[in-house]
Amino acid sequence: MNERTRPAKLSAEERAEQLELLRAMHEIRFFEHECGRLFARGEVRGTTHLCEGQEAVSVGACRALREGDSMTCTYRGHGATLAMGAPLDESFGEVFGRAPGLCGGKGGSMHLTDLRVGALGSHAIVGAHLPIANGAAFEARYRGTGAVHACFFGDGSTNIGAFHESLNLASIWKLPVVFVCENNLYGEYSPLATTTPIERLADRAAAYGMPGERIDGNRVLEVREAVAAAVERARAGEGPTLIEAMTYRQKGHSRTDPAKYRPEGELEEWLARDPILLHGKWLAEAGVEQAEIDAAEAAAREAVGEALERALAWPEPEPAALLEDVWVAS
Amino acid sequence: MTETTYKGAINKAIVDALAADDDVFFLGEDVGAAGGAFKTSVGIQERFGERRVLDTPISEQAIVGLAIGAAMKGLRPLAEIMFADFVGVAFDQIANQLAKYRYMTGGQVKLPVTIHLASGGGAGFGAQHSQAAENWLLNIPGLKLAVPGTPADAYGLMRAAVEDDDPVLFFEHKGLFNVKEDLPEEPARVELGRAEVVREGDAVTVVATQLMRHRALEAADALAGKGIAVELIDPRTLVPFDFATIATSVDRTNHLVVVQEAPAGGSWGATLISRIAAERFEMLDAPPALVVPPDTPVPYAGALEAAWLPDAEKIAAAVEASLAY
Ligand SMILES: Cc1ncc(C[n+]2csc(CCOP(=O)(O)OP(=O)(O)O)c2C)c(N)n1
Ligand SMILES: [Mg+2]
Repeated sequence: MNERTRPAKLSAEERAEQLELLRAMHEIRFFEHECGRLFARGEVRGTTHLCEGQEAVSVGACRALREGDSMTCTYRGHGATLAMGAPLDESFGEVFGRAPGLCGGKGGSMHLTDLRVGALGSHAIVGAHLPIANGAAFEARYRGTGAVHACFFGDGSTNIGAFHESLNLASIWKLPVVFVCENNLYGEYSPLATTTPIERLADRAAAYGMPGERIDGNRVLEVREAVAAAVERARAGEGPTLIEAMTYRQKGHSRTDPAKYRPEGELEEWLARDPILLHGKWLAEAGVEQAEIDAAEAAAREAVGEALERALAWPEPEPAALLEDVWVAS
Repeated sequence: MTETTYKGAINKAIVDALAADDDVFFLGEDVGAAGGAFKTSVGIQERFGERRVLDTPISEQAIVGLAIGAAMKGLRPLAEIMFADFVGVAFDQIANQLAKYRYMTGGQVKLPVTIHLASGGGAGFGAQHSQAAENWLLNIPGLKLAVPGTPADAYGLMRAAVEDDDPVLFFEHKGLFNVKEDLPEEPARVELGRAEVVREGDAVTVVATQLMRHRALEAADALAGKGIAVELIDPRTLVPFDFATIATSVDRTNHLVVVQEAPAGGSWGATLISRIAAERFEMLDAPPALVVPPDTPVPYAGALEAAWLPDAEKIAAAVEASLAY
């Protein structure tokens, strides 16, 4: 339990806020359960990468942002995109390749993007969005908007060149960006120790002259607090921060990966530290009634169910749409 | 009118683009304080300051990626990659991010990014600093490619590129920096996708860009002495490509010779010939010819590089062979 973030007694406002974090994590969880289920039914094409178990990083970090801030993430991006406020139905619609989907069905599960809420894109080339995150942050500095950009990526992404180029440039130009590394212990099927000579990825920040902090990524309040501090630093013109959020991918890398390579007992250990479970306990200990905790879950379940029904009824794009959106003007 | 070099025209275009719009900024390695590796940006940072003209670390992915992110938020970045050969280092950003972003987000973003690269051989820079790399980018829907061959086109295409709402890669040719031309105080924009008929003629259509355009013009002069009237066309942009102007010309001359500074495989010249053959087979009196360097990297030694690059004699010989068919 994170003592720093446990108030003695919650005000009504605080209680609502804490329940909202729980509801948001449930929403992502239910959304992804449906993605997994419908993948098996053939509604989801290609592949899909679930962030089950990592919801506290998405929700905690995105709730440390304010309007006008923006975010980029990876192909494992359902959580972050929904946490920014992308509508559930249009997100489902995109995953199912429907015309009213976020990207008109041209992106899919790996590319959920909703500019209306500052979700600037989910990227499926490992590390490729870190340079782009710098660009979004650069615009804020160039125009003096005060906006900050949050960039999510995995532990494995810290071994690709774009990571190093981006942290270096962000630091030398003091760009208002927060790099959130979700260390879920694996890059695809490879445990981190087999690919990476250091254990604490936050240490990589030192090479770029920026603060690096390792946090418990399964505690939503700890994530929110750490990201909020980094955001404040960025807004004040003091430059980027690297946050390493320790978490766990409860499912395989993608829907076709049974994750047989995990040591016995590892999953069970992390299930006992499930972020939704932990925050529920925190709420109970802070004196929130079980009925309210259950209501947050029920609200998320209902919203996801309704959105799913709408999205499944939506049409596929017209074939002619394939020629649109290559050029702004032709 | 002021006599202006190709290099000077590029400098002026960058200055005018920065002066015209505060959303335009310019970044790259040594573009600021040092004035550019080829001195194309001398004096620009002095005039516009470090906020708008930024020296970067040697990080091509970070340069292009920053341009993409900033463009997504409404700025108009002009990013420099010093030598076009280095595009390989930033290839993912260009091929997978810049070109595809708009499409895969269903048109949510527009990316008015211009990338400025120094391209081409003839100056003894060796294999890793001499390639006319524009063909590498040809097979990626979503990128516009400008290949100016004159000071007027360098100015006009740079201005058009920066003002265009889609990504444009602007290749300047290192062999043309000192080519001169009289330009007005305010030279015209050159529309992307509009070829120039450099010289009119009725015997054969020759298509060439950049350094090859100048060599083809030499060949056309020599052939004029023999009574052969070459029609020389410079497409000026490879994407969009002004096929109509070339096709109309071929319909009249019934002969096509394409000259390019790159091996044939997967190139714009080969693509042009295949399309002419497919769509206007019956208009041709001879097989279309492609004058190209051999399938080797660009060599260093003067004698070897000279033998590698197509010259006026090879071009003239290809024209005569086509007419003699
Ligand atoms: C450049 C590149 N190389 C390889 C891949 C294939 N790939 C997709 S995800 C992945 C693992 C990435 O691991 P990590 O960064 O830890 O993110 P996680 O999947 O754990 O969220 C790999 C190797 C890719 N998409 N892009
Ligand atoms: Mg990982």
